[in-house]
Amino acid sequence: MAKIRDMIPAFELFQPTTVGDALELLDEHRGQAWVLAGGLDSFDWFKDRVKRPSAVVDLGGISELTGIRELEDGIEIGAMTSLTEIERDERVRSGFSVLADAARHVATPQIRNQGTLGGNVSQDTRCWYYRSGWPCYRAGGNTCYAAAPQAMNREHCIMGRSRCVAVNPSDTAPALIAVDAKMVVESNGGSTVHDAEDFFIGPAIDITRMTVMKSQDLLTRIHIPAKWADADFYYEKIRDRGSWDFQLVSVAAAFRKSEGKIEEARISVNGVAPFPVRLDAVERLVQGTSGDESTASAAGELAIQGARPLRHNDYKVAMMRNLVRRAVRSVS
Amino acid sequence: MDQAESVSVLEEKYSRRTFIKGVIATGATASSAGYLFRGSPLLGAATYQTATERLITLNVNGQERRVDVLPHETLAMTLRYKLGLTGTKLGCDRAECGACTVLIDGVSQYGCSMLTHQVRGRSVATIEGLEDADTGELSVVQKAVMEEGGFQCAFCAPGFIMAMTEMIEVNPNPTREEARLALSGNLCRCADYDKILTCAMRAAELARSV
Repeated sequence: MAKIRDMIPAFELFQPTTVGDALELLDEHRGQAWVLAGGLDSFDWFKDRVKRPSAVVDLGGISELTGIRELEDGIEIGAMTSLTEIERDERVRSGFSVLADAARHVATPQIRNQGTLGGNVSQDTRCWYYRSGWPCYRAGGNTCYAAAPQAMNREHCIMGRSRCVAVNPSDTAPALIAVDAKMVVESNGGSTVHDAEDFFIGPAIDITRMTVMKSQDLLTRIHIPAKWADADFYYEKIRDRGSWDFQLVSVAAAFRKSEGKIEEARISVNGVAPFPVRLDAVERLVQGTSGDESTASAAGELAIQGARPLRHNDYKVAMMRNLVRRAVRSVS
Repeated sequence: MDQAESVSVLEEKYSRRTFIKGVIATGATASSAGYLFRGSPLLGAATYQTATERLITLNVNGQERRVDVLPHETLAMTLRYKLGLTGTKLGCDRAECGACTVLIDGVSQYGCSMLTHQVRGRSVATIEGLEDADTGELSVVQKAVMEEGGFQCAFCAPGFIMAMTEMIEVNPNPTREEARLALSGNLCRCADYDKILTCAMRAAELARSV
């Protein structure tokens, strides 16, 4: 039976119906308010009593945040659009199948029914030391438990560390980077548009956040420009179980070809760093090639340059190399 | 002994509050919440000191149900401990097992991982609502499970049956592989997956023949 500790501690619940109201609430409760999207990440924190916000702003009632619209230049997805809707949407499936694929690989059907695209990219890391409430760097403390000599760090990062060695858990993040999505972040001061690859930040920039968003910011829309529509896409996620699990390593790639050669490519890998990594060097390497075996091999080797595994996760180096290889090979 | 004592003190406090609120809110003393919730160790009693319940109307299995709900209360808690609908099981309470699967506007979701306040104005379907309200005739999924004897201990059955109910709506003619994916959000610790899949296929067959 569920334990007493699983009862969520009390908070004040706000259910605004417009973005304006939500932003005002976030401003009013600056730093104290928790933004609730699908809630799959949030309720774990609350039930474990590691995060205890005094106010929760539920975005579920804001209809302007849901739905997929066609724009002159691509499509726009409301941040509260469910992952199931994205997975089934004809425009996403036909134009940007890599995103539909990524959405389909998130957790379970029920979680995809409830979880949102905005929530998926904004979720916090799964490092269990951090999530169990250990006072690590990310939690405001002065050590990293996951990099300690005896630490269990099989799921942690192999690159991009800066005190913290956690990884970004989002399945849709690398897909959004592959299609060069633009993230629209609003606050009371106005709205800012970030490239997907800049939306996710590492601990070197701010160790307490996974994205550029601060406590009074709201991710409202995700714009996918037409530029990469109908490209050749590749998505693969490796996880321990076929359902539920977060990625160990995942790759998302988009290729533009002409006459059998790669004209342009965008490749992103997640699960290897505290943020989804864009592999610009690999993209340049594969340009002008046909994605043949020797290019694929070279791409894989280049991708893992500088990788520094922890005690229990050196398998991720090989996994990343092989996924990048497969992505490039898929073109030929 | 200590624990029993403190629980009884809290019960007293709580039932008095509920009683008063019931009178204010409805003009009658018919708040079922106190009765069902009173003795539950799930109260997380300390949190009750600061939280305020609100009387809301939920649409559960086609019925309008009035119930006092805390801001931080999950749907599974409300269903089980306030509305007495204990068919919805709590396995992990962490969106990691699927036992609490219910349908919100016909879409399967985990009752343990949403707030009751989030489903105001939407229709909630639980295992109790599947049979025909007038005749008591079981739904096709329930019939298929009876026929095939799909479960061993069956703690996970309500969750699986709700997921199957959604599956045959979305995909009336699934392959076994598609059924496997549709049910991949539910765990069975008896590992009866093969028989459960047979149930799902049979349910789809029955639904098609109706």
